[in-house]
Amino acid sequence: MNKSSVKTIDIVQKGLKRRYRVERRFRRLGLAAIAASLIFLMLLFVSILGNGYSAIWQTHMRLDVYFDPQVFKDVVVSSADYGRLVKGALRSVFPDVSGRGELRKLSAMVSSGAAFQLREMVMEDRGLIGRQSTLWVPADDDVDMFFKGRLGPESGRLTEDQLSWIDHLKERKMIRKQFNRAFFTAGDSREPELSGIRGALYGSFFTLLITLAISFPLGVGTAVYLQEFAPRNRWTDLIEVNINNLAAVPSIVFGLLGLALFLNVFGVPRSAPLAGGLVLTLMTLPTIVIAGRAALQAVPPSIREAALGVGASRMQTVLHHVLPLALPGMLTGTIIGMARALGESAPLLMIGMVAFIVDIPHGFQDPSTVLPVQIYLWADSPERAFVERTSAATMVLLAFLVIMNGLAVWLRRKFERRW
Amino acid sequence: MQITFVQPYPAIQQEDRVKYQPSNKGEHLTHSLPEPDEDKPGSGTVGKPFLDDPRITCRHVNVYYGVKHAILDVSLDIGRNEVIAMIGPSGCGKSTFIRCLNRMNDTIDGCRIEGEIKLDGTDIYAKNVDVVPLRAQIGMVFQKPNPFPKSIFDNVAYGPKIHGLAGNRAELEEIVETSLKKAGLWEEVKDRLNQSGTGLSGGQQQRLCIARTIAVGPEVILMDEPCSALDPIATAKIEELMGELRQQYSIVIVTHSMQQAARVSQRTAYFHMGDLIEVGLTPQVFTMPRHQLTQDYITGRFG
Ligand SMILES: Nc1ncnc2c1ncn2[C@@H]1O[C@H](COP(=O)(O)OP(=O)(O)O)[C@@H](O)[C@H]1O
Ligand SMILES: [Mg+2]
Repeated sequence: MNKSSVKTIDIVQKGLKRRYRVERRFRRLGLAAIAASLIFLMLLFVSILGNGYSAIWQTHMRLDVYFDPQVFKDVVVSSADYGRLVKGALRSVFPDVSGRGELRKLSAMVSSGAAFQLREMVMEDRGLIGRQSTLWVPADDDVDMFFKGRLGPESGRLTEDQLSWIDHLKERKMIRKQFNRAFFTAGDSREPELSGIRGALYGSFFTLLITLAISFPLGVGTAVYLQEFAPRNRWTDLIEVNINNLAAVPSIVFGLLGLALFLNVFGVPRSAPLAGGLVLTLMTLPTIVIAGRAALQAVPPSIREAALGVGASRMQTVLHHVLPLALPGMLTGTIIGMARALGESAPLLMIGMVAFIVDIPHGFQDPSTVLPVQIYLWADSPERAFVERTSAATMVLLAFLVIMNGLAVWLRRKFERRW
Repeated sequence: MQITFVQPYPAIQQEDRVKYQPSNKGEHLTHSLPEPDEDKPGSGTVGKPFLDDPRITCRHVNVYYGVKHAILDVSLDIGRNEVIAMIGPSGCGKSTFIRCLNRMNDTIDGCRIEGEIKLDGTDIYAKNVDVVPLRAQIGMVFQKPNPFPKSIFDNVAYGPKIHGLAGNRAELEEIVETSLKKAGLWEEVKDRLNQSGTGLSGGQQQRLCIARTIAVGPEVILMDEPCSALDPIATAKIEELMGELRQQYSIVIVTHSMQQAARVSQRTAYFHMGDLIEVGLTPQVFTMPRHQLTQDYITGRFG
């Protein structure tokens, strides 16, 4: 007896070292994994930030425009040749430039948006005609890139002449970086310097509004019914399995379904937030149902018993006691589902939300795109200046996602209960 | 009829006499129940399961959880103004049985009840019976205090509100106050009715649950081990309360403490593996059990 107990302790001692070694190794592996993921996350942020930070500025050039009455002769104000005014202003800065090719190079340094800017000014105030006015107009994207140091002189995008003109403008303080308002106020554009995320933001907003308005009540209702009222039988088991599987279906499949069902059968307009919202609803619904059921399940049965015990009906028990306690959990699930929907692009490609849309949408039926699709579109564009805008738009998207997830965490913390 | 209760717990009795006013007056353990009919056959139950003027009558009650037969042909009457204690080893079906009385078992999937349970002559399992008014009539206090995570006031006011017992706010406040007073909690909480009910101590929470139950004005109160999560002082308060509540209600209490059963109840029912073994006046069951199993249980041979 004594002998065997001594033996036991010896065996334990012998194995102890190995046990601790395994434990240490496991801990080190865990730390390494965390470090690796942190590094990758850092890399992601650094690369996005590094690429995108410069998009807050846009290079502008100063033009002293003479609104030559000649230009407005015999035409309606709205269709006058404003490009000619821009060219005139440029030529007054560089009087020695001549020759058609040279002149074209010169005027190419200013964004085509400058002409629109002039037009708007005149439309607002006809009194400008015949007067001189000083204004800052966006530079063309290549000039912008060069000025921000994103494009070396050796790239060949700018000619020797153009480089010297930029130097000349710099000397005369006629070129500078300004806050890039267009990025936040404009819709998409072929010209990087004129493009903005406003259209995509509005599109995302309207789309998510539809998704939220449909999937939240539907999801909560489904969760409550399945969890609190439905009898446990083969049918409800089948439904449960299906909902869990739906949550794992690749999102593009929902896009195909949306195309076939909403667009082709119900005639929902293509490219519209309505269609996008419906498709994303399909995708978000299972997430909300699953989160909702988990939240309901977390409400202790003693609360239900208490309510039933004083004679509350099942409906009253759920509405007065169970649902309010489960709601924070449901909201958390909903926000996470919404965040996923906000970042989703694949299913929206299927229903035409990938179109090039300049106008800012103002309703659920207007053609529009969404933020992640906008990022995709820009990333696909050849212009160098779209690179920084792609990253900047990604930053905006990530900011929204971080805010939404932060909200979810905050909700969970705030309403977390220990029973 | 005067019953003096001497054995087998003289020590407890001493305690009782010191602690509890009702016992001092000799009221606590005496009652004027009609003498039950001796030895009416009741599915092998020994003692006196039946009464002349019962509040609840149970006849041949069988309960199944799926295939598990949890209650085996139990017949029992529950009288007016009495506290009846259910004792027995864990898992013998005490909870299952009292949950049949207000149809709480309806909420459990796969639970099936056979037999007949009548409250004042009406079958509570009849097709047309609505469980909502039934549960208003037969209130329940659970093992673990389970106040709603709402204010103390709202906890007590909830039942009256959903049943429409109060015409206006003043009436509601009145109901809350009387209920809390009856539950012996008023003095402790009257200044903080708006604070959360879950912030009270365990004993206070349980009394809050009792107040919540009596606020609905039930006729029968079921208590499933109401003191098992409480300390002795809180337990004493609740036991005292039961003595007072008996004036108005019938009380069915499940307890693991034989001392408690002896202190608070007039009749005791002993369950064993789903079977109702013996029912009788509490002093008789504890001093002169007539069934061997009861004898074994109360003398601590098992349980
Ligand atoms: N919800 C349930 N499902 C299945 N079996 C149950 C359920 N509740 C209780 N039982 C079984 O019924 C028997 C009686 O349980 P219970 O009434 O809780 O006993 P007690 O309250 O006397 O300890 C036990 O064997 C228990 O395992
Ligand atoms: Mg029990």
